[in-house]
Amino acid sequence: MVQKLEYLKESPSQTAGPYVHIGCMPNFSGIEIYGGSDLGRSMKTGPVKGEEITVTGIVHDGMGTPLRDAMIEIWQADAAGLYASANETRGKADPNFTGWGRSPGDPETGEFVFETVKPGRVPFRDGRLMAPHATLWIVARGINIGLQTRMYFEDEAEANAEDPILTRIEHQSRVPTLLARKTGEGAYRFDIHLQGPDETIFFDF
Amino acid sequence: MTENGQNRGYIARDRDRQPDAYTPGYKTSVKRSPQAALLSFPTTLSEETSPVFGHGLIGKLDNDLIHNYAKPGESAIGPRIIVYGRLLDETGRGVPGALLEFWQANAGGRYRHKKEGYIAPLDPNFGGCGRLITGEDGSYEFRTIQPGPYPWPNGPNEWRPAHIHFSVFGHGFAQRLITQMYFEGDPLIPLCPIVGVLKSQQAIDDLTAPLDMNRTLPMDARAYKFDIVLRGRRQTYFENRREGL
Ligand SMILES: [Fe+3]
Repeated sequence: MVQKLEYLKESPSQTAGPYVHIGCMPNFSGIEIYGGSDLGRSMKTGPVKGEEITVTGIVHDGMGTPLRDAMIEIWQADAAGLYASANETRGKADPNFTGWGRSPGDPETGEFVFETVKPGRVPFRDGRLMAPHATLWIVARGINIGLQTRMYFEDEAEANAEDPILTRIEHQSRVPTLLARKTGEGAYRFDIHLQGPDETIFFDF
Repeated sequence: MTENGQNRGYIARDRDRQPDAYTPGYKTSVKRSPQAALLSFPTTLSEETSPVFGHGLIGKLDNDLIHNYAKPGESAIGPRIIVYGRLLDETGRGVPGALLEFWQANAGGRYRHKKEGYIAPLDPNFGGCGRLITGEDGSYEFRTIQPGPYPWPNGPNEWRPAHIHFSVFGHGFAQRLITQMYFEGDPLIPLCPIVGVLKSQQAIDDLTAPLDMNRTLPMDARAYKFDIVLRGRRQTYFENRREGL
């Protein structure tokens, strides 16, 4: 026998189920509460710095069917690459930008929408800069543990080519699953595929 | 941060403790489970930071589901309970200032949702959601009514044990977690395919809240204790003590 390590174990995840919106976006689900506003519906609390963009997309299951009961969260740096987080030590993030948003899939189409800003570059562990990206977290009925992925930007080819994570992905043919396509001025499209030939890369950070 | 910095990142998730994505007993997972291996990387600032939710966000009744949707002077129907516990990380420290959101069916097993068709009635005084921010030592408490079990279309005769859903933020987005709390002694626990995605009896026990008669308020509400553990940060020499020691 040896001494015991006194660590606790992370609580096991369970699916968010079909009614995640009751808990996380009650007003969207028809429950008028919390003064009528759901957390994360707006990422801006005033005029923001940087390029304002709209990101839309759909989460598809393995049959190509849109998930209409998912909840998608986004977490990203501001235009200067700073996080609006208590443990951001490099500077003060844009006070009018929360960096965090939450979107339900549209009940008919499954489409999620984020009105946000193009994130700046954030350093990797060794100090090299990562390409502009946002973290996305997807939960829904049938998903046993929240899926984490990243959205990079197709029009940041130079930064993407030196991103410490994108460049270390073995199957480079899958990298485009992490790239948002520019579809217009300030408009990006980022579709997510849970399964199939276009399966999005999901991370275990 | 560099090797000499304070920030050593989050302890890797123990996937043996977490359910797999593909769990055919829970049918919806079959077409909603990624099939490629997850891509593993150590955490970066993007996962080590997390949004801030101030105490100012929380209204007076947000942690009281018996009253937060009820008409003035009325209250939700069902067995009154207190759910309390601590939010901890894997190093045993309390996680203060963290947002917890929870949602549940009413005492009859019915959710207040457009897509919910169970014949049990809605309770006009019960919305089914609440939220709070954990205290200095990671502790929390809320009041609600005990939810009822409900049937769901997975097998021909499938029932969910009574449960409360929890959504939890920590101090890093890497800690983001959604889970469910079950109640001690519920005979439906071992029959449920969603409980069945858990890989061990220990994992089931970790999500099952015991009745706590010491915390129970006589003539008012029974108490159930539910601690939640989030991923821990790798500690440095100076911080590797358990809180309070
Ligand atoms: Fe449920």
